[in-house]
Parts: sequence; structure tokens; C-alpha cells
Amino acid sequence: MGNPRRIAPQPVRHDSRGSLESRSLNAPIAAEIDWPLAAHQVLARLGFGVVGYVPDAGHKRLIELCQADARMRTVVLTTEEEGIGLAAGAWLGGAKCALLMQSSGVGNIVNALGMVRECRIPLLVLVTMRGEYGEFNPWQVPMGQATADVLRAMGVAVQQANAAAEVALHADAAARLAFGGYCAAAVLISQRVIGIKSFLEQAAQ
Amino acid sequence: MTLQRREVVKTLLADRGELLVVAGLGSTAWDCTAAGDSALTFPMWGAMGCAAMMGLGLALAQPARRVLVLTGDGEMLMGLGSLATIGVQKPQNLALVVIDNERYGETGMQATHTAHGVDLAVMARASGFATGVLVRDAAGVAALRPCIHRDKGPHFAQIKVAAQKVPLVLPPRDGALLKNRFRQALLGASAALE
Repeated sequence: MGNPRRIAPQPVRHDSRGSLESRSLNAPIAAEIDWPLAAHQVLARLGFGVVGYVPDAGHKRLIELCQADARMRTVVLTTEEEGIGLAAGAWLGGAKCALLMQSSGVGNIVNALGMVRECRIPLLVLVTMRGEYGEFNPWQVPMGQATADVLRAMGVAVQQANAAAEVALHADAAARLAFGGYCAAAVLISQRVIGIKSFLEQAAQ
Repeated sequence: MTLQRREVVKTLLADRGELLVVAGLGSTAWDCTAAGDSALTFPMWGAMGCAAMMGLGLALAQPARRVLVLTGDGEMLMGLGSLATIGVQKPQNLALVVIDNERYGETGMQATHTAHGVDLAVMARASGFATGVLVRDAAGVAALRPCIHRDKGPHFAQIKVAAQKVPLVLPPRDGALLKNRFRQALLGASAALE
């Protein structure tokens, strides 16, 4: 890779209301790197047969790619904690499971991660971040700012992907760490990668 | 006559054959151990609310085997969303049986929601399970055998049992040991090298 891409400061565009909720703070750079496609290829190549998810806008494309892949059984969850049970059960049965969730969902898996650690169950978690970088919704900020610390407190190895080109590399490395080391590893995909949507943009998606 | 939990679990696990079992946190795990510890039973000492989803993960990974989750009403209540998730996935080889004493048995026998009439079997049926029954007698317990071993699921049963303290019969505690012995018994010795 040549020069690392920097997000250029963008002028704040005001709509007729000029409100915080309706402005685009940091639209992603036109995607030259299709990170969901690259991440899906990593999951497929490493033989993940089960993918549990709670939907997130940032994960939309990766979820769809997994759903379209006959080698993967996708399981929509009502809460992220279910994914920990799913992954543990799958591993007991010899299948690799990856979990896709938003950073807020990390707060829902904390106690169940105790089982992952105690039983040394390999687990890959791909987390799309909110409340981390240019967030418009204040309710997302506390969990987003605590996500990495919470995971580390429960013994999860944390890797942070701050550019699109890094996501698949981190997913690959984290999966190898998790399944080679019988532990949980999470890749935090920054809002710098997925783009920071205003509420109106998100609702229109 | 009110059903006794140890007898119920012993009946459900009799002649279990190749059945894979997940035993939910607390009394049901001790019941399974009292019926005979097995490498192909995974007793949970924590992760309350996760037993049903462990059964789903196991059932998806092992579609040719039958999977039984035995858990308590308190443990099930903590993971009610998993009824909806299992109802969507519809694993044909999964049965989920709740041993319902209407109490939190490990914490002082406080009443659970089922003591106040919450009907888990109705929830399971409404979530898309193939069957969802409330069982109050030995004939009903015996009738679950085809659901556990043969019929297309997912199946759900809520078995009302007496609220009683029974002697502790504890399985191994070490989670890594429990995981490894299960995987080796199911997948072969090479599973430890994976």
C-alpha cells in the first residue's frame, strides 16, 4: 500500500435546519476497498460454517454475503448474548462460528464471555463501531468508548481496524489467534471505515 | 402425583444412545450427573441463559445427531429470545426440555415467573417450534421419547416437577476439560489437536 489514506477534514454541510442530527460529519471516502467482500472471503477460506449476527448498518453487506454463501449457516439473533451460546455449541459440535455485532452489542455478551474463557472456546467477533468517532447519537457514546476495555477485561484479544484495507487482514489474524490459541478475538471496525452517518442518512439506508 | 425431577431426568436420559446433551446451569446439570455422568453431556456451571442456544449451535454443527437441552425454568427465562431464534432456524434434531420447579433452586428457592403462570410451552409454539407441550405426569414424560430421539423438531417441553431440594451430585467443574472430553467423544481423539 502506498501512502496511508487520511480522512480529509470536510466542510460541515448544513441542510435547511442546520441541525447536528441531519448533517454528514464524515461521509466515507468512496470505497476503493470492498472490506465486507474481503472479510467474507476470509471467513469462507478459514471454514466458518456458522455466522451469528444482530444486524447493524455497518455489517449490512457482510451479512448479505454470508447469507448468500451456501457454506455458511447464518443465524439471526434477538440479542448478542445468544451468539455466545451458539458459537460455543457449534464448537462442541466441530463447527467454527463467527459473530457479527455492533459495539453496543458487546455490552450484551459480557457474562457469557466468562464461559468462552473458562472453556477456552475459540471465537471470532467482528464488531462495527458506534460511539467511537464522530458519533451523532450520544446514547451510543458510553458503550462505544468502553468497547475495547470491556472486551479486554473479559480476556478477549482486541484488534482495531482503522482503515478498510485493514479489516480482512485483522479478521484473518484474529481468527488464527482465536482458533490457534483457543480464545476469543475481536476486530473492532472503526467508524472511520464504515462511515459516520447522520440519523437521516441512516434512516434512508 | 407430582413429578420428581431426578426421576424425570433419569427417564429422559435412559437408553440415550448417541444423544448429545446440554445441561443448563444449576439443578438440571446436577440431575443429569445423578442420572450418570457422560462425556457427551455438557453441564453448564455458568453462562445462565445460554443453554438453549448451545443446543442450537450443536444441532446445526451435527445435523445427523440428536441434541437434547435439559434446563431449568429460571435458566430458560433468562434466554427467552432464544425460543424465537430456534423457531426461525427450525433445527429438526433439537429438543428443548425445561424442568420446571417454579423456583430459582440454587439461590434460595425464590419463585420464578412460571410460578405466576408464565407458560413457556405456549411461547415455544408461538415461536415456531414443531411441538410445545406442558407435562405434568409420568405418561407425558414417557411420550417425549420420540420427540427426543426421532421426530422432526424442534421440540419443546415444560415439565412441572416438585419444588424440592435434592442432594448435590456434581459433574466436573473445569470448563476446558468438559469441552475437550465432549469434543473427543463426539469428534474423535484428533479433535484435541485441531
